Amino acid sequence: MVDFGAEIATRTLPLSGAHGGSSVARLELAAPAERISLRVVAADVAALSAALGVDLPTRPKTSASANGRTALWLGPDEWLVIAEGTGDTGSALVEAASKAAVPHSATDVSHRNTAIIVSGPGAAAAINTGCPQDLSLAVFPVGACSRTNLGKVEIVLLRTADDAFRVEVWRSFSTYAFGLLAEGARDAAL
Amino acid sequence: MSASSNSGAFRIKGAGRHTPARTARFTFDGKTYTALEGDTVASALLAHGVHLLGRSFKYHRPRGILSAGPEEPNALLDVSRDASRRQPNVRATVQEVFDGAKIASQNRWPSLKHDIGAFNDLLSPFFAAGFYYKTFMWPKEAWHKLYEPIIRRAAGLGEAPKEGDTDHYASRYEHCDVLIAGAGVAGLTAALSAAATGAKVILVDEQPKVGGALHFDTSTEIDGKNGYDWAQATAAKLKAMPNVTVLNRTTVFGYYNHGFLGLVERVTDHLALPSKDLPRERLWQVRAKKVVLATGSIERHMVFANNDRPGIMLASAARTFLNHHGVAVGRAVAVYTAHDSAYEAAFDLKRAGIDVVAIVDNRKLPGEAVLTEARSLGLEVLLGHSVLDTAGRHRVSSITVARNGEKSGRKLKVDTLLVSAGWTPSVHLFSQSRGKLRFDAENDRFLPDIYAQDCISIGACNGTDDLSTLIGEALSAGAEMAGHKGADSIDAIAFAGSNLYEWTGGMIGAAEGAGPDTTVKAFVDFQHDVTAKDIRLAVREGMHSIEHIKRFTTNGMASDQGKLSNMHGLAIASEMLGRPIPQVGLTTFRAPYTPVTYGTLVGHSRGPLFDPARKTPMHDLEAAEGAEFEDVGNWKRAWYFPRRGEDMHAAVNRECRTVREVGGVFDASTLGKIEVVGPDAAAFLNLLYTNAWDTLKPGKSRYGIMTREDGFIYDDGVVGRLAEDRFHVTTTTGGAPRVLQHMEDYLQTEFPHLKVWLTSTTEQWAVIAVQGPQAREIIAPFVEGLDISNEAFSHMSVAECTVMGAPARLFRVSFTGEIGFEVNVPADFGPAVWSAIWERAQSLGACLYGTETMHVLRAEKGYLIVGQDTDGTVTPDDAGYGWAVSRKKTDFVGIRGLKRPDLVREGRKQLVGLLTKDPNEVLEEGGQIVADPNQPKPMTMLGHVTSSYWSENLGRSIAMALVASGRARMGETLYVPMKDKVIAVEVTDVVFVDKEGGRING
Amino acid sequence: MLLIHCPYCEEERSELEFRWAGEAHIARPDNISAISDEEFAEFFFLRNNEKGLTYERWRHIHGCGRFFNAARDTVSDKFLMTYKAGLPKQPIPAAAKAEAIAEEKTIETWEQTEGDAR
Repeated sequence: MVDFGAEIATRTLPLSGAHGGSSVARLELAAPAERISLRVVAADVAALSAALGVDLPTRPKTSASANGRTALWLGPDEWLVIAEGTGDTGSALVEAASKAAVPHSATDVSHRNTAIIVSGPGAAAAINTGCPQDLSLAVFPVGACSRTNLGKVEIVLLRTADDAFRVEVWRSFSTYAFGLLAEGARDAAL
Repeated sequence: MSASSNSGAFRIKGAGRHTPARTARFTFDGKTYTALEGDTVASALLAHGVHLLGRSFKYHRPRGILSAGPEEPNALLDVSRDASRRQPNVRATVQEVFDGAKIASQNRWPSLKHDIGAFNDLLSPFFAAGFYYKTFMWPKEAWHKLYEPIIRRAAGLGEAPKEGDTDHYASRYEHCDVLIAGAGVAGLTAALSAAATGAKVILVDEQPKVGGALHFDTSTEIDGKNGYDWAQATAAKLKAMPNVTVLNRTTVFGYYNHGFLGLVERVTDHLALPSKDLPRERLWQVRAKKVVLATGSIERHMVFANNDRPGIMLASAARTFLNHHGVAVGRAVAVYTAHDSAYEAAFDLKRAGIDVVAIVDNRKLPGEAVLTEARSLGLEVLLGHSVLDTAGRHRVSSITVARNGEKSGRKLKVDTLLVSAGWTPSVHLFSQSRGKLRFDAENDRFLPDIYAQDCISIGACNGTDDLSTLIGEALSAGAEMAGHKGADSIDAIAFAGSNLYEWTGGMIGAAEGAGPDTTVKAFVDFQHDVTAKDIRLAVREGMHSIEHIKRFTTNGMASDQGKLSNMHGLAIASEMLGRPIPQVGLTTFRAPYTPVTYGTLVGHSRGPLFDPARKTPMHDLEAAEGAEFEDVGNWKRAWYFPRRGEDMHAAVNRECRTVREVGGVFDASTLGKIEVVGPDAAAFLNLLYTNAWDTLKPGKSRYGIMTREDGFIYDDGVVGRLAEDRFHVTTTTGGAPRVLQHMEDYLQTEFPHLKVWLTSTTEQWAVIAVQGPQAREIIAPFVEGLDISNEAFSHMSVAECTVMGAPARLFRVSFTGEIGFEVNVPADFGPAVWSAIWERAQSLGACLYGTETMHVLRAEKGYLIVGQDTDGTVTPDDAGYGWAVSRKKTDFVGIRGLKRPDLVREGRKQLVGLLTKDPNEVLEEGGQIVADPNQPKPMTMLGHVTSSYWSENLGRSIAMALVASGRARMGETLYVPMKDKVIAVEVTDVVFVDKEGGRING
Repeated sequence: MLLIHCPYCEEERSELEFRWAGEAHIARPDNISAISDEEFAEFFFLRNNEKGLTYERWRHIHGCGRFFNAARDTVSDKFLMTYKAGLPKQPIPAAAKAEAIAEEKTIETWEQTEGDAR
């Protein structure tokens, strides 16, 4: 084999260099993360929780975090699990899930999604530029999460603090999502 | 010159609520005027004695200002800041003056005072209702050439802007417990009691300041304060509450299903120098648990001869101009009314020192209180009298007043006539919410009756006239809508209100002198120039439904939606039909309540946010190589890579040649990808595809066809089996979302017993296709952990490996007929791997190629493109892919559909190749195919061309086509008739290059 | 814009998150390959498209992704109930039904508004 193979590929992140946001709604790009789409039937949830070291939430619109892993309830048999780390050489989450001896699907989507962090007192208003959900704290408290719409694209929204959200979006939709959030952030400041 | 005279000779010292020192300058038809801050364009022009503002739609009659609010049908102007920020048909009574505004009249040429179109007024006998429908019917050809161009030039109000709008518009979703529409006494009061419960309240009002009727009504006291001052204090109190949002200059324009309301907030239209950050308007899409409708009522005009001259306006409007703006609408004012409220206009004007010529009341018995006050002010009141006619060219100069029943009367010199036929409750939003109205015959009005949504109407829009009753009603409505029933919650905030006069009276329909026996022009709908006579004509011509009468006359169909005219029109129709009003019925109220700009509805969806432009991870690298891109769904795909001096044709020819001779690199990332995982994965795919999947071994892939239940091809793609329980399914680029939806549908609702899950991985992987004789040589150095020799990794193999350190999936697959690989790496690694592969490919003489070359190369091999060579009526067998339909399976989606008689009959259209007799002739895709080009028309068509290209590799054109019994016609000559010639073609096999298929396995 | 209760998310969400998916309770025959042409037409092509109470499928496509069933009055656009996929056709609660029927009586029909024009 020739030498070319020794060359290790570098990552090019989506939205590199994107900037926007306002005094009331800051927009930042989240660091690369490991992600899996996890699917398992209700009866086998415990096994996957044990294997991943985080209790998969079973109530709609809730999330749970432990051991650097956050599991977001997306549907009755579907979770998005986000973990610190890059997963550049393979997914530790897929690996961990595979230890559960029950039928399940753990599919690496680390590169499918990217995330935008929206924070500040106008964060909810900025997101409500394109998201039809009620983001008041009473209805969408810290830790709440949901797949939903942002204008013409689909996102997964997670509230990480009173005034902070993580917006997960497929990479080819991220430019649109960032652009719409930037306009929303500007409008929220007025 | 004092400040007040500077802002207009009709400005009354001490009247109005504006600050004399705060002025703004604007131009109207080129002439500069000074206004006061807070003026509307209407009040500012009236302050300078300008009443003539425009020409009417059909007859080009001079028109002025009729109202002081959003119901204005007449005073429509063109308002601009600069060339790109200009809007036609702006209501002068709504638009606030801002410094530097350029305002122009419309619908006149060459000038407002000398308008040639006014000739139409003389021809008006010919322009009666239905004129257009009847006149321009014949001859048919004349419509396009003659009538339409002339009508188009003459008709329509205003001129649409030609330049792009440089403003931007915002949009926001919002939720609340209680939304209150209207901030008059009722709305403000309801807001207080709703807010006191802690509920989240949004109070919306269309005017710059809250107060509604309190803008003009100075004889009302609330909670010990003057009504208007109470309103402002209440709004300030509400704004300070954290659970309340007060939106001024905001219109609830639509009340839709399930508590969903559309609001437009006008953010900058009143500002002289708005910040660039500010949106011009903001669309609020509100989901309210409960809605309080406090939308008030609108005063009606009187319907009598020549009731449309400038200087004739609603009585309440004159009060608004005087009491709020400090402007006298004239020097010699008469009042013509059927309702007590207009008396108060006379009182206010008289007290301001204006000459009130007479109050003409068509009733014999007005309210006692107003009559007493009129007499004590020394006003002449003519009871049982009517205004029969008016005179005056550009403004009313005299009126003819007669005792009711008499045909002639005396002339009174006036410069202004105030009119009132009473008040129409604004039930628009209630009706939009699908609530049902009832007719209150005693007061000639429709009122809310049966509610369809969680809302409540209060105050004038609910027919509640008495102030104390209204306050009580509003207090309990606010609390109740916020979820607190009973008196306890409102006792703490209750307050009293009083007004000087109770109002009585009102009429609908034509007044004295404009009855069925007359031919006078008594306008019902000002904006569309509909007269009482037109409505009667409609009935005489056979229109008996109010919906038909409306469309025949266009009454109520102008941009003001008949806010003033509907009740009058209905009464006139009812009289003509000899049926009571409830039986005639009301036309439907539809959103929007008032016109909404396109900008607001479009919102953020402009430029790059119009639609998401999906780009692959390698997009920028491809652009740097000079790629031209084409849209495939929302994706931008590299189309071809022209080199210096190459046109598309030359570039594609070079790419096609190079791929077959050496190799090419292609971005296939947009291909849909679905990970199918679970113990029943193979069983599930067996049900969704026509092929058999349990026989596919891990490490191998297979081309699959998916049919719908009806047996027609739905999608296709290569499916790789990575492990017993894990498949990597690919779909067409455009088909990815619908294929996943289709699969989920079956999995969730028909085969829920299967343990298998689907995950979209389209965007997880960057896909670099490397095709051509040198393909293996190009990628070999980058692949680790896998023997990719032909022996170890034959055609249709799939494996996981490492490419440049990244975890990869490698497919041996070909859409060109050459040796082919598709390198899948996690998307962020795509650019680095692409660059490395391209660098090496270049050194070996390979090229980059785009979708056009991909299309040509696959057509040379006869490979199908779903959606191009199929159209939803093509079976696998029609397409020549009958081999892909398993004969052994007992079930799959489409198994029954494929057996339908029409799908198995002889003579179906089949996919075949076509070669033109002239090799240089390239057929047009979509061209129809016939056996005999000389047969009489309409010809019997055998099919059509689905794909057609110039094949540089063959040095001739090639085509694919769906042809009836195509496979039985090999060698036959058929014809493609075109506009200017007939092209002869020979039916052939679809495979044009390497028919034996040896190259792919090299 | 409709507000739809998702039986899986246990919450009302905007119509924007959903996609309509046709008439409900049309089961794919187990022995589909053996059914007659008429039975196939009944299963695949023919739909009731009823005015008033209809049972239909929706998918919470931009939410939990689940298909579910709904009983909706196509005249008033009111949802009488929603329930999970796989459950048999559910009876309508009496209260919801009474409300829907009261609505029907007062609803505008073509006959009422236009019928006089004949």
